[in-house]
Amino acid sequence: MSGEASPAAFKQEAKAALGRPQLKVALDRATGLLQGRRQDVLADYPEFEAAREKAARIKDHTLENLDHYLETFAASAEASGAKVHWAATPADATTKVVEICKARGAKSATRVKSMLGEEIGLPDALAAAGIERVETDLAEHIIQLADERPSHIVIPALHKTQEEVADLFAERHARPRSSDAVEALVESARHELREKYVAADVGISGANFLIADTGSVAVVTNEGNAELTTALPPCHIVTVGVEKLVPSAEHAAVLLRLLSRSALGSEFTQYVTFFNGPRRPGDANGPEEMHIVLVDNRRSDMLSGEMRDMLRCIRCGACINHCPVYSVLGGHPYGSTYPGPMGSVLTPALTSLEEAGDLPNACTLNGRCQEVCPVKIPLADMMRTMRERQWRENHVNRRARLPLIAWAFVARRPWLYRRATAFAVMAMRRFRSNGGRIRSMPLASAWTAARDMTAPERQTFMTQWKRGRRR
Amino acid sequence: MIDAATPKSEPHVGLFVTCLADAMRPNVAFATVRLLEAAGCKVSVPDAQTCCGQPAFNSGAADQARAIAENLIDAFLPFDYVVAPSGSCAGMIKRHYADLFGGRPDWALKQEELAAKTYELSQFLVDVMRWRPEGVALPASATYHDSCSGLRELGVKAEPRALLESVEGLELRPLAGEEACCGFGGTFCVKYPDISAAIVGDKTKAVRDTGADLLLAGDLGCLMNMAGKLSREGSNVRCFHIAEVLAGMAEGDGI
Repeated sequence: MSGEASPAAFKQEAKAALGRPQLKVALDRATGLLQGRRQDVLADYPEFEAAREKAARIKDHTLENLDHYLETFAASAEASGAKVHWAATPADATTKVVEICKARGAKSATRVKSMLGEEIGLPDALAAAGIERVETDLAEHIIQLADERPSHIVIPALHKTQEEVADLFAERHARPRSSDAVEALVESARHELREKYVAADVGISGANFLIADTGSVAVVTNEGNAELTTALPPCHIVTVGVEKLVPSAEHAAVLLRLLSRSALGSEFTQYVTFFNGPRRPGDANGPEEMHIVLVDNRRSDMLSGEMRDMLRCIRCGACINHCPVYSVLGGHPYGSTYPGPMGSVLTPALTSLEEAGDLPNACTLNGRCQEVCPVKIPLADMMRTMRERQWRENHVNRRARLPLIAWAFVARRPWLYRRATAFAVMAMRRFRSNGGRIRSMPLASAWTAARDMTAPERQTFMTQWKRGRRR
Repeated sequence: MIDAATPKSEPHVGLFVTCLADAMRPNVAFATVRLLEAAGCKVSVPDAQTCCGQPAFNSGAADQARAIAENLIDAFLPFDYVVAPSGSCAGMIKRHYADLFGGRPDWALKQEELAAKTYELSQFLVDVMRWRPEGVALPASATYHDSCSGLRELGVKAEPRALLESVEGLELRPLAGEEACCGFGGTFCVKYPDISAAIVGDKTKAVRDTGADLLLAGDLGCLMNMAGKLSREGSNVRCFHIAEVLAGMAEGDGI
């Protein structure tokens, strides 16, 4: 796993990302495709708005009664033979996972992609414990070979072009492949992974949903790797955030109808599996042991605060796919498991507003994210709310604070405002170049570095209007 | 489209000029006056206006935003309608002033009253006054950018296009990604200039790909951002606010 990433490095990482033309190619291809597919599939889904409303209410109800549903889930899961563990922090969670692996003498673990697993630092914990980690999602396999971090929560290797993947496989796969076509690349990865599935001592997955009444764990994939990862080894470990709970399978179905449409523009994923505990007497196959590690990591803090709506998130990534900032940066500059709009809201809650201070500010507040969110999280509004907290709690540095305070002082005094603006437009006009526009100006280099500026007229509108000018 | 009640004859409109039109593009405000008068309104420009407070609000400075909002509310409350040539300013008043006055019922009431009669220009002309321009010609090709605030906070979409249809000779070409943000974002473009520049670069590429002579929109922040980038790229595309086109005042090099 390559280095420690932090949202505190956002500005430098953003600059680096903007300097990579290959990244832009990958981003344009991916976001364009995903936006188009979502639009097409929704054209055939007239119930979309009603489903969003229902989904938001299901999540809100569950969150309001989270303790009840957690207890119900734990009791049902244990009744089916699974062992339920509670982890308050990421360290608690990874310690428990390693403990379970060591108790079984596990040397290797296959893994189904799980963002929660990334969040708690599972890859590093497994490495530190000397347990081989085999990523079975094609994209996570690519990321693992490249020793990088995922850049998207649904399509972790979105930042890599097909050409880059072909080169990577040529370098790292044991068996040379037949061509650079997508089918050949997939076949090459399948071949690499096949033996590992069978050899694994433990299979580790996350969960898309936890079904409270039956104690089931629901996982969706398009590759079928969840089934191979969790059914073949003798032990299945689930690491999952407590907010993934829903009351019943019917409720999960409402969210499932929204998940793949929002994420990938398809009505359903290829595989949807509900795990109901370990192998029972008479079952033909299945793990002997199933462990479910329920992770809190700040989620109960979020329940009682302004960030509560963020717990509705079903991790579809639609907001990320439609964000203009993400579309030019990709996921890495966010320095977090979670990029894009949902990452900008969630990361400060999981780390701190001080460390992740850039994230809610590096946003144009255009609102497309909250428009596409299937559970109606007011993402842009929440970013503004975080800015308010930053202002109140004095995280905003003086360089940014003073100009705004000065401007606001003037803006509530009309007589002063008139004079200030009249002076400002006169001063600006001095910087006109031959073409009539302003190409550079003191205090405005942030703008003029990349753009020209309109030159104002000699007098403001209000001055002209007061002097009786009309047009 | 909004379902609005029929106004009385010669409604008294308070023009909210907006700080950008006032300082950077007076022509937009003059054009707006002309349009409102042509539609049958009496127009006044209250002297006490400055800004809607959005820069402070979006920076998290709620107290400062509130003080500026109070000034605006008092200046505009006496009118039948308040019209702004800007989706983001009208959106600030209609959608966000409510956030500023929680726990202050007297101001909350005033804010509600003002919000109900405040409109973005194209929505006012089409949905309230049910008016179209007549006898305006502009033989040119144009493409239209949907500004985010107007689009998502107020639903401004059909109205500008309906108005532009009445301009003789104007050929409107669709803009790929017309609803995608241009990267202005108020203070965003000066706090994160590199990112903003990358986003507007995508936008101007889409504009140039239409081959249109003109780029039109309903918000000066977007227009200045896109026009500035197009100019730096050496493009001949001229940018105008929709008000200037509809009033027959879209002359010269544009924004």
